[in-house]
Amino acid sequence: MSGENFLFSVFAILTCVSALAVVLSQTVVRMAFWLVISLGSTAALFFLANADFVGAAQLLIYVGGTLVLLVFGVMLTASGPYMKIGTSAGETVVAGLLGLLFLFVVFACIGGVEWRKPVTGSADNIATGAVGNTLRPLGLSFLGVRPDADLATGKPPEASGYLLPFEIVSVHLLVVLIGASYLARAKRRAAPVGQ
Amino acid sequence: MMFAAQSIAEFFDWLGGWQYVAAALIHAVLLIQVFALSPFAFIWLERKVSGRIQDRLGPTRVGGLFGWLQSLADGIKLVQKEDLCPPAADSMLFRSAPYVVCVASFAAFMVLPFSNGWVAVAADCGLFIMLAILSLEVFGIIMAGYSSGSKWSLFGGMREAAQMVSYEIPLAICALVPVVAAGSLNLGEIGGMQRGWFGYWFLFHDPFTFIAFFCYFIVATASCKRAPFDLAEAESELVGGFHTEYSGMRWSFFFMGEYASMFAVCGIAAILFLGGWNTGIGPLDDALYAARNAGADGTGLAVVGYLANVIGAFVFASKASLGVFVQVWLRWTLPRLRIDQVMTTCLKYLVPISCFLFLGAIAWPLLMLTVLGQTTWTSSPLGKQVSAEVYESQVVQARSAERASLLDVENRTAELELATKALVAGKERLAAAKNASESEKNSSDSQLTSLQEEVAALEKAEQEARVSLESANETAQKAILKARLLIEGRASVNKNAAAAREQGVVR
Repeated sequence: MSGENFLFSVFAILTCVSALAVVLSQTVVRMAFWLVISLGSTAALFFLANADFVGAAQLLIYVGGTLVLLVFGVMLTASGPYMKIGTSAGETVVAGLLGLLFLFVVFACIGGVEWRKPVTGSADNIATGAVGNTLRPLGLSFLGVRPDADLATGKPPEASGYLLPFEIVSVHLLVVLIGASYLARAKRRAAPVGQ
Repeated sequence: MMFAAQSIAEFFDWLGGWQYVAAALIHAVLLIQVFALSPFAFIWLERKVSGRIQDRLGPTRVGGLFGWLQSLADGIKLVQKEDLCPPAADSMLFRSAPYVVCVASFAAFMVLPFSNGWVAVAADCGLFIMLAILSLEVFGIIMAGYSSGSKWSLFGGMREAAQMVSYEIPLAICALVPVVAAGSLNLGEIGGMQRGWFGYWFLFHDPFTFIAFFCYFIVATASCKRAPFDLAEAESELVGGFHTEYSGMRWSFFFMGEYASMFAVCGIAAILFLGGWNTGIGPLDDALYAARNAGADGTGLAVVGYLANVIGAFVFASKASLGVFVQVWLRWTLPRLRIDQVMTTCLKYLVPISCFLFLGAIAWPLLMLTVLGQTTWTSSPLGKQVSAEVYESQVVQARSAERASLLDVENRTAELELATKALVAGKERLAAAKNASESEKNSSDSQLTSLQEEVAALEKAEQEARVSLESANETAQKAILKARLLIEGRASVNKNAAAAREQGVVR
């Protein structure tokens, strides 16, 4: 077993076990803790696959952002010291059935894919460097240049890329956030007129 | 000869398959030393500086001169303390929270280069990874605050969460300002680009990076929850904030994490703005760089190259420690803000300022490129490198224009051929009709006239096709000439770019 495989199995087991712990634990903040471990191990799996950028984004967005907000929300809204979520037997059965069905779908999808070895060639070296230098190809493909595809076909890039739509969407999101916080804040009552 | 190894993995070549394990262990152990020793030094510094600022002496006894072993004495004391867990606490979360803080700030050192090539993981998006990992630290703090089962801790945790979630935004945007100037997220490359006189440091790259440095430093101080932003542990209101219930080593883990992440954020500042491991004296930097490269290539003495890197690491550590010193100085000088003031500072001032700086940093190279023909106001090779990239894209555009115009010429030629063929056929038909009319004398004149008109139209079309072919030819010739000129010019620009790239390259 090579070192990479060993690390892969460690992080994969960690991901699965802590995902199970998320489901099985009752306290919300403990769930969040297990979720941190699960998502962190997923990020580690990304790092192992030489996808640095995706791994770091996973850490920044899910662990550093979403989960902190989750715990923050629990702390602000909980009435008791440790908020618990109890599930009734019926809910457990329904959720378990749904989970099994989903597992079946996932396995069917995995089985349906024709797995091949990645094509290695000169284009491959640029696209996914062995040291995980995926940032430049990512940026280039945002601009519509796909070094992996373009070198393979030998044609100049034609697409204009998705950078502008992406930027517009993200600025839009920021505007929505500011608007939401403006609408949600407590309004001061206007001073009575004529006094 | 072992000093000539390009990496630690290569150094352990003789271990066979285990070389990577050995390399990983060595990297981890070295980084743990940094992680453990920097708090050791900075806690002593904090005591000493606070003493001086308050007109005291600070530690003087332990270890003799200046009480430099005081931190060790503190550590020994803390190890002996009882490891308490309050009955109201959620013990699993309570016990694991300090480790989350510690691991997060330790792992951030993984991608921080200490000198030219002295980095555990030379990742392409190093800065992004580092900010992502540092942002995990807050989770440990919140967990500690929540799971302690104490109101002080809960308040501390909530303040910390609110503060961190807001301050991460300007932190990331301020860090992006020099990244825009450098065109890279690789911390090693960013550091390498600033070799030369200090005008080349990104601090002096443009007015926006200059302001961004101070903005970044304020935000970084807040993100390490240092005074005047230490609301989470405000001892006058919250006893100890999130660490009220902790004792012994677990308590000290929080502080190791805090001081280590102070060093980490100041290290980022040193690399992004202050030239990293470069001394700021042009010839000296060039000499160190050359010595290092010669050592690595085997053309020079390997030990000299190694020493050059040691000097680089020393310069880097001094710059980062200077940042830590300023943070300590601020802590003992400024009064603590209120939580609403902390939030106002961030959301109403720092976020808009950093957004403005970001926009300015994007516009600046374009302005310089129009005015000076290079993207920097100094003679830094970086400016020429980017202009070489622009040049390259111009060449690509010229070549595609050339290709398009050649295609156009081909199309026009084909059209002309068709028109000529049609004209010839029309003339033949006209001639045949004339013959027929002459021989028979009875065919209608109208038929003949219409044929004549048709031929005239065809002649006109042929003429038009000829003219358009000529103009297409002219355009094509212009495009070809432009492309050729650009390509010829590229050779000289490429020479500059190669020099610039060599400067930026990190082995």
